Amino acid sequence: MEKVRVLSARFDLPDSHTIEVYLRTGGYQALRKALAEMTPEAVIEEVKRSALRGRGGAGFSTGMKWSFVPKDSSKPKYVIANADESEPGTCKDRVLMEKDPHAVIEGILLAAYAVQAHLAFIYIRGEYWYLKERLEYAIEEARAHGFVGANILGSGFSCDIIVHPGAGAYICGEETALMESLEGKRGYPRIKPPFPAVVGLYGCPTVINNVETLASVPPIILNGGDWFRRLGTEKSGGTRLFAVSGHVARPGVYELPMGYSMKRMIEEDCGGIRGGKRLKAVIPGGSSAPILTAEEVEQCTLDFESLLALKSMLGSGAIIVMDEDTDIAQVVYRITKFYEHESCGWCVPCREGTRWMRKLLERLLRGEGRPKDVDLLYELARNIFGTTHCPLGDAAAWAVYPAIEKFRADFEKYVRAAAVSVSAEPSDVPGARRLLVV
Amino acid sequence: MLSAGAKEKIQRIIARYPVKRSALLPVLFVVQEELGYLPDEALHEVARWLDLTFLDVETVVSFYTMFHRRPIGRYHIQVCRNVSCYLCGGDAIREHLERRLGIRPGETTPDGRFTLSEVECIGACSWAPAMQINFTFYHHLTPERVDEILASLP
Ligand SMILES: Cc1cc2nc3c(=O)[nH]c(=O)nc-3n(C[C@H](O)[C@H](O)[C@H](O)COP(=O)(O)O)c2cc1C
Ligand code: SF4
Repeated sequence: MEKVRVLSARFDLPDSHTIEVYLRTGGYQALRKALAEMTPEAVIEEVKRSALRGRGGAGFSTGMKWSFVPKDSSKPKYVIANADESEPGTCKDRVLMEKDPHAVIEGILLAAYAVQAHLAFIYIRGEYWYLKERLEYAIEEARAHGFVGANILGSGFSCDIIVHPGAGAYICGEETALMESLEGKRGYPRIKPPFPAVVGLYGCPTVINNVETLASVPPIILNGGDWFRRLGTEKSGGTRLFAVSGHVARPGVYELPMGYSMKRMIEEDCGGIRGGKRLKAVIPGGSSAPILTAEEVEQCTLDFESLLALKSMLGSGAIIVMDEDTDIAQVVYRITKFYEHESCGWCVPCREGTRWMRKLLERLLRGEGRPKDVDLLYELARNIFGTTHCPLGDAAAWAVYPAIEKFRADFEKYVRAAAVSVSAEPSDVPGARRLLVV
Repeated sequence: MLSAGAKEKIQRIIARYPVKRSALLPVLFVVQEELGYLPDEALHEVARWLDLTFLDVETVVSFYTMFHRRPIGRYHIQVCRNVSCYLCGGDAIREHLERRLGIRPGETTPDGRFTLSEVECIGACSWAPAMQINFTFYHHLTPERVDEILASLP
């Protein structure tokens, strides 16, 4: 497959974040074209044709999502760029906003034109404060050139953009929790339906997309939806930014076409497993995606369909690579601790379940596991799955039970270690082990 | 309690939003930047500006990890404990920081210079292990790099 640089085309240019460089390299031409030659409906049609699917996690068709916004609503409409990027393993939006903030801004303006929104927000995680400032500066540059604000390029269309900081809560990346947070409340997810396209921010129709999704829109408008779709697979159009981390020789953020071989990415683009070791496992779409074995990686391609067939998901495009020395139980423990910490506490299976799983894992890792603990952990995860108010609970379960199915020995070895230490333990330490009952 | 500059900044922020309450998080950041943390008096004042109750503000503050209700050290060292950093030796970085500073995560050095925190993924996975000191990112950490960074802080 041909490697074209669409999203990362400007990444290596000096001062790529400035409007001068952006304009010199075709920037804001798509906005010009849309405002001068295209109706909002035509913009949506082009995005539909591109087979662009959301880069934030769920992979929903972007054009389809935009078409759900009611045209006859008397309420104001909003566009939100989701820049909360907190899924473990994911650091691609950060690079995109740092290197090419104007691509995000132009994508937001095109989305706003398509659904006729006059105010847009970039909700960015608070830890990315330097990027908040960079985006605000870029918005002012764009305003000075007539791309943002009232009557953009004399078209009669107006749109402003506010950069809004999050304050350290993973759950606020979930679209409805994000809206609650943007309304100045705790980030508790809302019940869906209604979906944000109909009832979103302030109860008004709202389009919410990941920043990378939005940054893909200007090249689609400029070069056509068919061009973009053909870069990837039939159902997963275009290229995508993959954040590769863990035990590869060259971790980094790589732009690759959808449908590219995962094995080739690891071996060629990332220089293989570091230290000449063998591959053990990959978590393919951020911590929420079920883990893959080395054999599964052999047949995996980087597109939504392939990961679905492997009962995992491409999620946020974060590829976490683990070598043969990795202890999967330790990895699962880190991830479970994360979900426990980030559970918003709204519903019981997630709030209590993640805590219980973390405690079980701690007991195992301390070498104090009981023979049935691995089964208990497995059952617990199965029972969390599908019973929670939002997908965070499912994600926590998905991090655990497929890992036990595929790497059971990594968990069992702690039980065996415990069995040995139990027999060696004096029986008259009153309650010593009882204290740790979960 | 706040400087004139901060108050002006806050008024500008509030004016931008279609609904006043939306300004809550950004306003709290301005207050925290000025005072270093968010004491009760500040929350009362924020509540007044945004037509909210103290409780409205307090429940929001307690939901988000980046807000501090007590003073913290001048340098807030936030070391990542999540999976990508773990795979690349993040634990050794945290242990090194604990030894160097003589404190555990959640604690502040007696001179008030450093607070150490273990945090979840900070979006530096491809450049692990990583930490943030206040808002600055530090990547590809080794114990030696950590020593250099600490020594370079004014
Ligand atoms: C717990 C949780 C966290 C999420 N975090 C993010 C995030 O940080 N960034 C993001 O773009 N989407 C995140 N999402 C997905 C959003 O809910 C939403 O699907 C996405 O912003 C839609 O944009 P897209 O269609 O362009 O992907 C998260 C979802 C869940 C359930
Ligand atoms: S699943 Fe977890 S994060 Fe989602 S609403 Fe329930 S408690 Fe909150």
